[in-house]
Amino acid sequence: MTSTKKDPVLVVFQLSGGNDYLNTVIPYADPIYRDARPAVGIPDDRIIKVDDKVGFHPEMGPLKKVYDRGDMAVIHGIGYPKSPRSHFRSMDIWHTCEPLALGTEGWLGRATRDMDPGKENVLTAVSFGSSMFRALTLTGTPVAVVDDLDNYGLLTGISAEEQRSKILDRFSRMYSPAIGSSAVMDYLGQTGLDTLKGADILNKAPGMYSSNVEYPDTSIAKKLKGIAQVHMADFGSRIFYVDHGSFDSHSNQDGMASKLWKDVSEGLDAFLDDLREHDVSDNVAVLMFTEFGRRTADNGSGTDHGAGGGAFMFGDAVNGGMYSEFPSMDPKDLEQGDVVPNYDFRGLYTTILEDWMGLDAKPIVDGSFEKLSIFA
Amino acid sequence: MSDQDIGLMAHLMRRAGFGATRDELESRVAKGYEATVEELLSTDDQEELDRIEMMRYHPWTWRPGTLPGMGAAEWLHDLVNTKRPLEEKMTLFWHGIFATGVSKVDHYDDVMDMIVKFRQKGMGDFRELLLAMAQDPALIYWLDNNDNHADAVNENFGRELLELFSMGVGNYTEDDVRDCSRSFTGWTIQPKLPRGPIGRHDWFFEYREEDHDDTEKTFLNHSGNLNGEDIIRFISEDPACARFIARHLYNFFVADEAQVPAWSVTPPRDPEAVDLLANTLMNNGYDMRSTLRVLFNSDFFKNSRYERLKNPTEVVVGTLRLVGGAEFPAPGIGDLSRQPTYMGQDLLNPPSVEGWHTGAEWINSGSLMRRVNFTAELVGDVSRPGIRNMVDRLIAQGDTSPEAVVNSCLDLMGPLEVNSESHVELVGFATEGGDFNWGSEDGIEKCTVRVSELLQLIVSLREYQYA
Repeated sequence: MTSTKKDPVLVVFQLSGGNDYLNTVIPYADPIYRDARPAVGIPDDRIIKVDDKVGFHPEMGPLKKVYDRGDMAVIHGIGYPKSPRSHFRSMDIWHTCEPLALGTEGWLGRATRDMDPGKENVLTAVSFGSSMFRALTLTGTPVAVVDDLDNYGLLTGISAEEQRSKILDRFSRMYSPAIGSSAVMDYLGQTGLDTLKGADILNKAPGMYSSNVEYPDTSIAKKLKGIAQVHMADFGSRIFYVDHGSFDSHSNQDGMASKLWKDVSEGLDAFLDDLREHDVSDNVAVLMFTEFGRRTADNGSGTDHGAGGGAFMFGDAVNGGMYSEFPSMDPKDLEQGDVVPNYDFRGLYTTILEDWMGLDAKPIVDGSFEKLSIFA
Repeated sequence: MSDQDIGLMAHLMRRAGFGATRDELESRVAKGYEATVEELLSTDDQEELDRIEMMRYHPWTWRPGTLPGMGAAEWLHDLVNTKRPLEEKMTLFWHGIFATGVSKVDHYDDVMDMIVKFRQKGMGDFRELLLAMAQDPALIYWLDNNDNHADAVNENFGRELLELFSMGVGNYTEDDVRDCSRSFTGWTIQPKLPRGPIGRHDWFFEYREEDHDDTEKTFLNHSGNLNGEDIIRFISEDPACARFIARHLYNFFVADEAQVPAWSVTPPRDPEAVDLLANTLMNNGYDMRSTLRVLFNSDFFKNSRYERLKNPTEVVVGTLRLVGGAEFPAPGIGDLSRQPTYMGQDLLNPPSVEGWHTGAEWINSGSLMRRVNFTAELVGDVSRPGIRNMVDRLIAQGDTSPEAVVNSCLDLMGPLEVNSESHVELVGFATEGGDFNWGSEDGIEKCTVRVSELLQLIVSLREYQYA
């Protein structure tokens, strides 16, 4: 790569469990909101007003600051037709862009392949967390899955460093593909060496990092800090993935959502500040999504699974503001008690893939969808 | 007792179960190979697990409804502790074929009910199992047969029944798919009651006569007013069905085959073996036990050592059974049950109705790191009874030279066959610490740590990924 232009980077931040959109971007001026939510409605004086129609959840103060500086986009009413209201199925739809069939290829797996078809960098896609998300899966495309960057690597259970490096030295020689006895042995060997290489590079990141930004002591902030460290280490990673939850607030919603949004807002704010302080924020965009919104009417202490939800984007390059229409809460407009999505999530993916990552979105999201002017 | 006997018995136990400790292998070798096969097949003679135990210590793992992450804990406990290893192995086999997941069913209880059916019927008459599956609420919902109506046919179930559950592409026509689907109209689930906060009420099969298409149909050249039972009978009378199940058995128990979608264009690795298994099925009324008996006693099975890659469940359960210490459902069993997920096999939640792709497709950098780290952590824990037992054997054998210790460890971990370059590395590693001096308390402690490091290197070998 001879260009001095920095490659665009995407951070995907998944809110797992179905975040309650109507209590995140609150339509406080709509009387139906009060009528529908006698138990979980947020009192007017706690809402952080954004304009004369909507306001943010009381714990989103740090993100309001990001919004005010023009680095946060709110995408109203996002979803897909015939919302199944199942966690697993809904998340699969977001991950694979297959609303009607069961997809096996993740949209980010495809994007990773298109960015690095020769699989030259084993760290093009890095997932933070203990599991592999289906969004990243594509047979043959490497993804580094990191649950704890400070302890990332092969055979990390061996605490004596000298002993571990002796064992890893043997490992790399035992995995040398030249001594494989079959195609599968060779493939295993190559994968083992890729893994070792990726781990060798990745676990240097924390040592290369120093910062004045203090992250809160939460699990999500720790993962975001890991992403900042890998991004700053400049290993050529283009896609990062992280999740937090569970937002599945069937009961006791007030306390649960407050804690979650406090952690998400403070963590993300620290992350964005960290990137800005190090002057590496201009090529990073963050997508935040959840699998579905929740029911318009509350159930006495929480809200059940719904359909239409909201998504957010953050970053220097993001044109801040509100996108799409806030879906109607009028009972005559609801389906099964839920606000109806009015913007297809694949349009947002297309916006990101084409206007940010510079990729051809059609084969990745499987079709043409309306874009938003978030980066234009 | 020859090494060959132990090696063969270890092979049988890895394939027909999830491996065995050396003590168990030795007692099985004393009984004999064929007697062991019979014992594995005679599941009713073995004690059933105490199913109350998990409920007592981890009540939330019992029928966990829609709680993500809890569903497979109960099954993992069964897999590790079962006294009927072949029964659980066949349960895993059928779960990979009638692959149904919570991603759509959204309810662990209904998918676990399928697991119970595999356990009860998985070693009997395949035709009975196929009928039970056609009437299984989770499978019906998974493949939309509840939307398959007399006046509006939905072909999803009908097609997958032929393509993925019984015959394979190329053995039926599109007209067969259509009339197969029509024959299953009205095979549905009772109306769903409203869901509660963390689950919903159980589903039950229901046959709705008024929603069944009772006009003339033609399926595999049989015409008449066919119903679902007729379809299953005609399917099973077709040799393609026996060949399809036989090839699955070969892929799961003998050696890695091409992926299922490629079967119509790729001949079997060992056509004679598949024919033998298919003929056994046909001649024995699709009795799985009889077919497994032929399989395990065949030469092609005995000669297939390390011819397939372990699936993640085999890695996790096999290593846990080898090192011991997971018999009691201690805290952390939830994390254990998620280990196969981290390696790419989310039990009770296969990626699609096609099931998991197997063989080399199990391996990617993340899953390989998970395999190595998880197994290395287990064998590095010298307090595990299985590891202590290995150390005791080394002491009793009087192994002191690094090479003797390496050979004994490879033997006790399998016996595992490694290539000569890997063997050189292992011996080189063991030699760094000099001879193994077991003569004192202090020496035993130091040597035990060295053995555990050697074992960690052994489970990191590519060879350990093979079953």
